[in-house]
Amino acid sequence: MDALTRRRFLRRSGVAAGAALVVGAGGGFGLAELLATAEKGPDVVARDEDKLVIVTLYGGNDGLNTVIPYADPAYHAARPELAYAPEDVLHLNESLGLSPGLSGLKRLWNEERLAVVLGVGYPKPDRSHFRSMDIWQTAAPAAPVATGWVGRWLDGTNASPEAAVSFEPVLPPLLAGSTRAGACVTINALQLPSGIKKEMISALGKTQQDEPELQARAAKAFHDFLWVDQLVREAEKAEPSTEASELTYVPGTGTGGDSLLATQLALVSRCIEAGVPTRVYSVSLGGFDTHADERPAQERLLKQLDDGLSGFMDRLAKTEAGRRVTVVVYSEFGRRVRANASDGTDHGTAGPVFVLGSGVAGGLYGEQPSLTDLDDGDLKATTDFRDVFGTLLGSVLHADPAQYISNHQFKLLPLFGAPK
Amino acid sequence: MSDSVAMLLRRAGFGPTASELDAAKKAGYAATVAKLISPRGPDVAASLAPIPNLGPDPFIGSPMGQQRAAAVAKRRQQTSQIVRWWLDRMTVADHQATEKLVFFWHGHWATSIEKVSSPQQMMAQHMKFRDSPDFRVMARSLVTNPALIWWLDGQTNTKKAPNENLARELMELFMLGIGHYTEQDVKEAGRALTGWKLETRYPDAGVFLPQYHDTGKKTILGTTANFDALGLVDFLAKRPQCARFIASRLWFRYASSTEPIPRSTLDKMASAYPSTTSMLRTLFLDAEFRSGRYQLVKQPVEWLVGAMRQLRMRPTRLPEASTQRLLGGLESLGQVLFSPPSVGGWPSGVAWLTSSAAQVRLTMAQVIAEAAQPHRMTVEELANLLAVETWTDRTYSALKQASAPQHLLALGLVSPEYLVS
Repeated sequence: MDALTRRRFLRRSGVAAGAALVVGAGGGFGLAELLATAEKGPDVVARDEDKLVIVTLYGGNDGLNTVIPYADPAYHAARPELAYAPEDVLHLNESLGLSPGLSGLKRLWNEERLAVVLGVGYPKPDRSHFRSMDIWQTAAPAAPVATGWVGRWLDGTNASPEAAVSFEPVLPPLLAGSTRAGACVTINALQLPSGIKKEMISALGKTQQDEPELQARAAKAFHDFLWVDQLVREAEKAEPSTEASELTYVPGTGTGGDSLLATQLALVSRCIEAGVPTRVYSVSLGGFDTHADERPAQERLLKQLDDGLSGFMDRLAKTEAGRRVTVVVYSEFGRRVRANASDGTDHGTAGPVFVLGSGVAGGLYGEQPSLTDLDDGDLKATTDFRDVFGTLLGSVLHADPAQYISNHQFKLLPLFGAPK
Repeated sequence: MSDSVAMLLRRAGFGPTASELDAAKKAGYAATVAKLISPRGPDVAASLAPIPNLGPDPFIGSPMGQQRAAAVAKRRQQTSQIVRWWLDRMTVADHQATEKLVFFWHGHWATSIEKVSSPQQMMAQHMKFRDSPDFRVMARSLVTNPALIWWLDGQTNTKKAPNENLARELMELFMLGIGHYTEQDVKEAGRALTGWKLETRYPDAGVFLPQYHDTGKKTILGTTANFDALGLVDFLAKRPQCARFIASRLWFRYASSTEPIPRSTLDKMASAYPSTTSMLRTLFLDAEFRSGRYQLVKQPVEWLVGAMRQLRMRPTRLPEASTQRLLGGLESLGQVLFSPPSVGGWPSGVAWLTSSAAQVRLTMAQVIAEAAQPHRMTVEELANLLAVETWTDRTYSALKQASAPQHLLALGLVSPEYLVS
């Protein structure tokens, strides 16, 4: 079967991969299994082709120097050394502009593919990285819970192992459900301990007749992780479709100055183009904890984000599968309004969230928090992050937000409506 | 039919060594239960891991500026110290059933240092688990314990602004179980718990300030009285439902996290309440437990400590880099001591059986196997070392492919047969 036909088939087989896992539990892995599966009805497949890519910025990105209130004197007064001069900012309108490091995102903004949700946070902000990131990932601000909002969606839909994939080194709580979890795939192919061969793991992954159910599940975990890894590697090797063939591929491994994020996103785009049935991808960029000498450090990070994201979005725009992808970018909190004595900022509260995609109605959403009406020196959130994630659950994953994010009165955002 | 002595040791403790298993087989099932439940004399081996003396809380006197930063660093160091100590203690202790039960209580009264912050308070709570002779005493000492109060916002619970958080969890998660109380009972119980505050100087006991306590009458589960915190827990502990709830929780962690406790087992265990060791003895001697048809997945800490015991290693005496990789592995798997993910404690069963977890365990098994430097052995000898009864054909064929003893060991440690007990 030639690559194109195969890919078309894969795309159509969609969610049938779960069945393939059971069928193929005793055999080899890879695309061959998918090929053997029955087709799903066109409606199911069409809905399932909407995909979500979640970009986590670890460390607490300074939102005020990302989406900059350049015309506000209070901004310049609070952080004279850190503030950007109005002429250096990439203007979005008469009061807000993007950091000079985000020129690619500015272009996406002009093309109305970038939505900026302003002042996103939650009640009673927690300034611990750990706790606050947990709150965002579990979507439960009041008390700690053990599952992430995507993980609960995996539980609720009885998702197959490849439904959510993280290209982070460690599986984020976001993807942890109570009975299911996303698969964690390393960027540089599966790294088995030396001396442990794939064949051994493959042998451990076989279930036995009549063995206790939990023991069989333990075996299946090995099968699953080889399976998802194989799926990704096959996607990486797959020849580009005709739609995407004129594009240059970003190399699949981190070579020659690519940021880790760009590498992760390159893998995501390969998977999407090859029709891997993953619905949610999780990628990340760390290092935003800028307590000292913030400006050069954050600018470098934002540039990495910008390069990675804008290349990714351009690539996605070229294919039908890619045009059905939505990307969301968030961090656990913003920084304090006032700079500290080390030309940095300390842990703060609300910040902007980016939502990107061909189907996204570009523009500004929500309200920029005031720089003078502060909560003990911090911004007051104007949009609850659960409304952003709830919107994504509804519009991208076609799920009822209230089923997976509880105790919240949703005010969903028209992110996928007509452009404002 | 399972080899029930081996199963008993696997579940009552963290993982029997080959010699412990031999001795238990010679002694027989009943004698082994008796020894587990009432070990003779002090645990001499456990004294190899003495309880750390942390000294005063570095936050006493509300330090500011540089001193505050130093206090934060000190707390971080002390947190690492108690986590390492507890892992070590589980590993070296001879009285394995005692250690396992303390671990059970930590998952039951799940309190996390991530919010509590104070290692002193967490250790004080930990000692309550060790020192309480029965459940009633434990409930009494925990409800006024600073770690639990802070964890569930009890210090903000006052007559003027009642807070139900602690009251709700007392009923739902700690003493009765969901469905055995009403929302009104929770509200009234919240009033009973008003007035307790904390002071960093006293990590062991909360401070009762009568001016914040609601002295009015409260009606809880149909009984009207002037309940206060201790009166409330005494009252709840006497409810028949409490005995049954604790019995079912023990079943859930020691026998099966998927099958409900059989009625006859429940009745017998509840009649042994409030002594939890008596309840455990009843469980271990029960035919349902002994049949071995119920299955449990080892939690990450159980898995690691069991492996360490069987290989005669100590998790904190390995080269520092290896220790850190193992601690990092526990974190990736989602089980750090003193840091349960929520008040509901740790998940069970299939939650530990994800593909990501399989990867992490494989990496940890490699660290363990490299440090263990095992001699060449047959797959049967490996089964004996790890107290696994039999390998399935699947695992047998995987093990047969290993060329070096450390690879054989690593595969054995991640095998489904070893993970499910």
